[in-house]
Amino acid sequence: MNKAALEFSSRPENVAFARVAVAALASQLDFTLSDLEEIKVAVSEAVTNAIIHGYDNNPECMVRLEIKIVEEFIEIEIIDTGKGIKDITKALEPAYSTDPERMGLGFSFMQSFMENFSVSSSPGKGTRVKMSRRAGTPGRKAVSEQ
Amino acid sequence: MNYTIKRKNNYLIVSVIGDVDINLTDSLRKDVDLALAHYGVNNLVFDLTDVDFVDSSGLGVILGRYKRVSANGGKVYLAGAKPQVKKVLDLSGLPRLMEMYPSVNLLLDKIG
Repeated sequence: MNKAALEFSSRPENVAFARVAVAALASQLDFTLSDLEEIKVAVSEAVTNAIIHGYDNNPECMVRLEIKIVEEFIEIEIIDTGKGIKDITKALEPAYSTDPERMGLGFSFMQSFMENFSVSSSPGKGTRVKMSRRAGTPGRKAVSEQ
Repeated sequence: MNYTIKRKNNYLIVSVIGDVDINLTDSLRKDVDLALAHYGVNNLVFDLTDVDFVDSSGLGVILGRYKRVSANGGKVYLAGAKPQVKKVLDLSGLPRLMEMYPSVNLLLDKIG
């Protein structure tokens, strides 16, 4: 097993930092460039959610990123200690968004591009997104947003 | 700045470079809205030729602008998306709302 853990400020510029860090570690496995691009989208969505929804864009908070390589799998956890999600079932609905300028596709993209996905959250305590993908296999079948 | 905005006839052409995520979207949204108002045009072209990455934050800016211009009878066009960007666009369903062209030149030929 190979693993890495990072904590970074909940600032928009760190979304790119997080997805590049994950892609760098994931590239130790037999992922194609297309696979890595999909993994980067999934990470970007999870970290963006932590910053925007978990911390309400407060740049003074910290997002934790844990990455593991276990055999052929890349396992990724994105953890915030923000306000949490009141209704996870509703949040997971495609096209659900509390903001008209957002598409509500973040969780759909995570589920589409990763093989395994789960989210746990406690209001007032934070949110943990876990996702993994095996090298050499496509992500889960795309889900429609409509 | 990672984008340029220019007017061509009745079209606003927004050429974006690099990664389109929440680090860019606030300023991009604001500047496109200002340019739409300033030039008084109602058709919008997103030139994605030099976009390497887009997530749902970037798509949200496109969708928001679509809602704005289409409410006034305008159109939004997408052009030049690389395969990894096109994949995200396709999954989002945005191409069902707006025309997508493989290159800006093809699009400009079409719209004149």
